[in-house]
Amino acid sequence: MRRATLKPPEGNGMKRVYQKEDVCIGCRLCEIGCIVEHSPAKDVVKAFRNVSPRPEPRNIVEERGPLSFSVNCRHCDEPACLHACISGAIAKDPLTGIVGQDPEKCVGCWSCIMACPFGVIRKNGAQSKAVKCDLCAGRTIPACVEACPNRALVFEER
Amino acid sequence: MLYCAPNKKYSDFIIVRDPDKCIDCRVCARQCSYEAHVYDESTGKVFSDDTRCVGCHRCEAFCPSGALLIRQNPSEFRDNAVWKPWFIKNIYKQAETGGVLLTGMGNSYPYPVYWDKMLLDASQVTNPSIDPLREPMELKTYLGSKPDALRIDAGSGEVRLAGGFTPQIAINYPILFSAMSYGSINLNVHKGLARAAEEMGILYNTGEGGLHASLYRYGRNTIVQCASGRFGVHSEYLNAGVAVEIKIGQGAKPGIGGHLPGEKIGPEISRTRMIPIGADALSPAPHHDIYSIEDLRQLIYAIKEATDYKKLVFVKIAAVHNSAAIASGMVRAGADVITLDGFRGGTGAAPTMIRDNVGIPIEMALASVDERLRQEGIRNQASLLVAGGIRCSADVVKAIALGADAVYIGTAALISVGCTVCQRCYTGKCPWGIATNDPFLAKRINPEIAHEKLANLIRAWGHEIQEMLGGMGINAIESLRGNREKLRGIGLNESEMNILGIKHAGA
Repeated sequence: MRRATLKPPEGNGMKRVYQKEDVCIGCRLCEIGCIVEHSPAKDVVKAFRNVSPRPEPRNIVEERGPLSFSVNCRHCDEPACLHACISGAIAKDPLTGIVGQDPEKCVGCWSCIMACPFGVIRKNGAQSKAVKCDLCAGRTIPACVEACPNRALVFEER
Repeated sequence: MLYCAPNKKYSDFIIVRDPDKCIDCRVCARQCSYEAHVYDESTGKVFSDDTRCVGCHRCEAFCPSGALLIRQNPSEFRDNAVWKPWFIKNIYKQAETGGVLLTGMGNSYPYPVYWDKMLLDASQVTNPSIDPLREPMELKTYLGSKPDALRIDAGSGEVRLAGGFTPQIAINYPILFSAMSYGSINLNVHKGLARAAEEMGILYNTGEGGLHASLYRYGRNTIVQCASGRFGVHSEYLNAGVAVEIKIGQGAKPGIGGHLPGEKIGPEISRTRMIPIGADALSPAPHHDIYSIEDLRQLIYAIKEATDYKKLVFVKIAAVHNSAAIASGMVRAGADVITLDGFRGGTGAAPTMIRDNVGIPIEMALASVDERLRQEGIRNQASLLVAGGIRCSADVVKAIALGADAVYIGTAALISVGCTVCQRCYTGKCPWGIATNDPFLAKRINPEIAHEKLANLIRAWGHEIQEMLGGMGINAIESLRGNREKLRGIGLNESEMNILGIKHAGA
């Protein structure tokens, strides 16, 4: 199995979400933005109160002491999750570079979760499906970036 | 609440949580550094404790669903014009602790704010007003000692100034950022101040905590301060900025020194202040080498020698009853710039009784100092900076019309980066990440955002000052300086108007 490099990928004309850990305050508003964006009603109160169990965010705030940052899918050039997927649910869009996942095809084997070197794929327990960042298709700026109150997330091409 | 002393329950604020909107996301619990919001794992719910709330509004600002509202506690003691809740609660606190009441920011008593009792003039018919969007409008200000008279040398057929000037500092706006030390606020705020000062062509002041190594590059926009503790003062530091400010006193706590507790002295602050890690940083009440104007003169000239007469020397005092005479002495001692800090000036920590009861309003001090220096014919020998409660651009214009060369803003600058004036700076737990060096909290200030907001504030006030000047038919801030004819008092008595040197509205 091919492994993705641990250095976050850059370049290839693709905008990605990058972290600035020196100003991340660990408020987790990015996670809330993600949950709301991926909820049917796209309303913060409805997203949390009308859905049970509470949906999982597709980005994860990692914390150790004062250091924190919000990490989401790196949309790798050689995605380990894609190679690990046994059901062909994960595909990399050749045009946008987005590594997408088709929940219809996902069988919940969690191979992608084990393969991802960044630990950014999660179980959506209720449906036994894996969930991952889709860079908020249809949005100019991903919800997590827009929700960040301290510009600790930036959406840019590097 | 259960194990809390009974009279601690008279909380200042109540936290109103709308159960229909709260999503138990824990953002409030993560943001509150006073633990007024607590997440309960067993129920998956967030609970609040009103007695811990300081009214900083951080949770309210961060709540993603708008479920929180922080209100003054409506619970009232029996109405009493003498025994107001403020006094009653303070006595409870002191009966509990036996200690001095501490507070932050500036005087919050309802003393008269004279800015609000002065009105500006405008041109009508007989003198044209000026539109600053179409015509030049000069806000550039030069700080420094001006000669008694200009000498012109026209000997060689070319007309030139003879003799030259002592050093001058040109600032694009008559607004500087006040002294706030590294320690009282953190490095991220300092970075924001320094970058904004650089962008706008103004100055910021290091305060007495020394200058962090990473900020030396902003030297052209830096005033370095030398206070009674002499923290971080060395030859390179004195030469790092464009001016050195000798701080004698501070408006929030005239006559007393400072104390940065040892817990706040981490490795970076220790290196910058040149004191051991964990050692209390005590600033004595007086400078122990300055007990007279003659002593002050010695320090001024020691600094001038140390900086090769290239840097301006500012001397800052708190506005007190005898400011005018002291200021006269300061000018004669060789100060290039005099800073007056009024009793509404802020602080990171001061005894409440001092903050609220010592000093005088900056408007009065400014008017009397300017008048005294003019009477003595030495007003040109020093520029006059005022600080302490400048809240808006109209306050700046009124201060300049009363005789100031420029103003310092501290509280206003901090408000622009998020401060809500909760007055708990002394706890070191500032939830807005300003008056704290806690690594969890200091990150809340992103220097890039702070820079933009501070620069925007100066830019906005600059536009407004230009509009007000234009309305008065003046096209340069220099023409407003000390032009008290442009001010009228409203609701002032005879003595107040005499001291301010202005007429009443209608006169």
